[in-house]
Amino acid sequence: MAELSGKYLVGVYDDDDTVLHAVPKLRKAGVKIQEVYSPFPIHGLDDALGHPRTRIGIAAFMFGVTGCCVALTLMIWTMGIDWPMIVGGKDSISLPNYIPITFELTVLFTAFGMVITFFISNGLGPGTHFHERFDVRATDNKFVMAINLGRNSMSEDEISRALRDSGAEEVNIKQF
Amino acid sequence: MHVTSPVREPLIQGGKTYADVTEDICRHVEGKPTKEWKIAFGISLLVLAYGTCCLAWTWWEGLGVWGLNKTVGWAWDITNFVWWVGIGHAGTLISAILLLFRQKWRTSINRAAEAMTIFAVICAASFILMHMGRPWMAYWALPLPNAFGSLWVNFNSPLVWDVFAISTYFSVSLVFWYIGLIPDLATIRDRATSKVSRFMYGTFAMGWDGSAKTWSRYEYISLILAGLSTPLVLSVHTIVSMDFATSVIPGWHTTIFPPYFVAGAIFSGFAMVQNLMLITRVVYKLEDYITLEHIETMNKVITLTGSVVGVAYITEFFIAWYSGVEYEAYAFINRATGPYWWAYWAMMTCNVISPQLFWSRKLRRSITFTFFISVIVNIGMWFERFVIIVTSLHRDYVPSSWTMFSPTRYDIGDYIFSFGLFFTLFLLFSKYLPVVNMAEVKAVIRSTSAQLPKKIAGVAKVRQREAASPLFNKDIE
Repeated sequence: MAELSGKYLVGVYDDDDTVLHAVPKLRKAGVKIQEVYSPFPIHGLDDALGHPRTRIGIAAFMFGVTGCCVALTLMIWTMGIDWPMIVGGKDSISLPNYIPITFELTVLFTAFGMVITFFISNGLGPGTHFHERFDVRATDNKFVMAINLGRNSMSEDEISRALRDSGAEEVNIKQF
Repeated sequence: MHVTSPVREPLIQGGKTYADVTEDICRHVEGKPTKEWKIAFGISLLVLAYGTCCLAWTWWEGLGVWGLNKTVGWAWDITNFVWWVGIGHAGTLISAILLLFRQKWRTSINRAAEAMTIFAVICAASFILMHMGRPWMAYWALPLPNAFGSLWVNFNSPLVWDVFAISTYFSVSLVFWYIGLIPDLATIRDRATSKVSRFMYGTFAMGWDGSAKTWSRYEYISLILAGLSTPLVLSVHTIVSMDFATSVIPGWHTTIFPPYFVAGAIFSGFAMVQNLMLITRVVYKLEDYITLEHIETMNKVITLTGSVVGVAYITEFFIAWYSGVEYEAYAFINRATGPYWWAYWAMMTCNVISPQLFWSRKLRRSITFTFFISVIVNIGMWFERFVIIVTSLHRDYVPSSWTMFSPTRYDIGDYIFSFGLFFTLFLLFSKYLPVVNMAEVKAVIRSTSAQLPKKIAGVAKVRQREAASPLFNKDIE
């Protein structure tokens, strides 16, 4: 979560469809929306807000490749180079036997690497729960839209009206 | 737009709103432990304490306290290990494979099923440690430099593959489960009234705020984790089966083992999910969330996987004869007609015949009957592993060393230990964490409920307001 500072208008919606419908309307009317907070994922909301597509998949793939290389290097080096041994009449380097562990380590590195990337890119971590938030009901049943007044050229009244017209049940002011 | 056929029952019943979901699920986390919970927890702790004493003696005295002998070198320990790992598989199937198949009914049960996976894998791992006899040497299974021993581990061995498979499976399942928990932990944090719970749930919720950006990344990584867990769960039981299949023991040396083990794992796992969920839904009054539809769907999975297992048993028998290998043929004739015939026929009855009863719609929608069959299936699947392990070993190539296996009180006590551990962990989970994934249930509640017309009415009202707004219409003017 990025550092929040300044004065915000907070629109509180009751329904996921309403908020999804409101976002493009408001943006078209010239309101710059900082973020929308919801109790569950709303499909299409990130596109509507104009958020770029996440690149976390690329990171995950790179971690997977790393895991695969680590596994193969470990097994080829220990079994074939550091202490070559013939077990069960097989070559000391026998790749088919390395498939299971290569697969497991690829999965392990991908999963952990991706999840750690996820935590870092979202600024999630222990201790961050002291951060102030716009409206705590966003984890229960409300859909909360945050608009940074400092980054909008429109007046507070105009935006507040627009929020209400787009279906917001409440409009609050939050100062950080 | 998602359209629900009126023929299909809504997934979540009782016309729940988003706030109702939060309230219904959080109630159990926030309230004081009930009397029933305390009694159940007390019993689990007692069982665990008894099991711990047996286990302590096993480790203190050595594996000689078990009923193993020089012919039967694996018995209850590995039976229990395979049984618990198998049970764990249903949780991953529900959370990962059904996510890839977009099965929305999984949302009500995936949290508890995945918790079951994690606890079952812990129990399975405890048998790995037990059967080592000297658990303080367990690190020998890790690829550590020569200074720790004389050699590197043998990467050609399925037992080493198993170490990697089980530990990867455990840790990835734990991460997947935890990622799913974070939004719900944040819900509890935001509702918490006491400082302690706000701090605890807040710490584990990691500052989750539910922003659109976070959610979109969350959905993305959930999908990838599901994509990773799907082959992972299949690989785990494949590798477990290879512990047997790559040996040259008649009855174990079978190429059918990987798919047969995976089907059996899902079969027994779903039975355990049924057992746990049927109790949980009554105790926590979750009948609107875990409906008869859910129970029926899971029973269908049980029938399917039970049939796969049945076909595998028959194929195995046929191949034993068709291969023309007399040792292989003997191993199977001995299973069915030898001194362990009762174990074989217990397995056949419980696993092949009992799930077929679910072809009757009435039976598969009966809660009592489902519970009963689920217990039967788990007993049958335990016997399957016992049959595979003990009956293949007890009569080997040298008739003078033929023998029987009988468990001692420590074999039984160590098995009891795993039950104590499992139920203690599950009860702690069901009290302190939300047993149903609130965020996912909220996400499916509208698209699959009968409330759709009401929602459309709400949107129409908003459209009217919009139409009257000068701001939204300025470009038209």
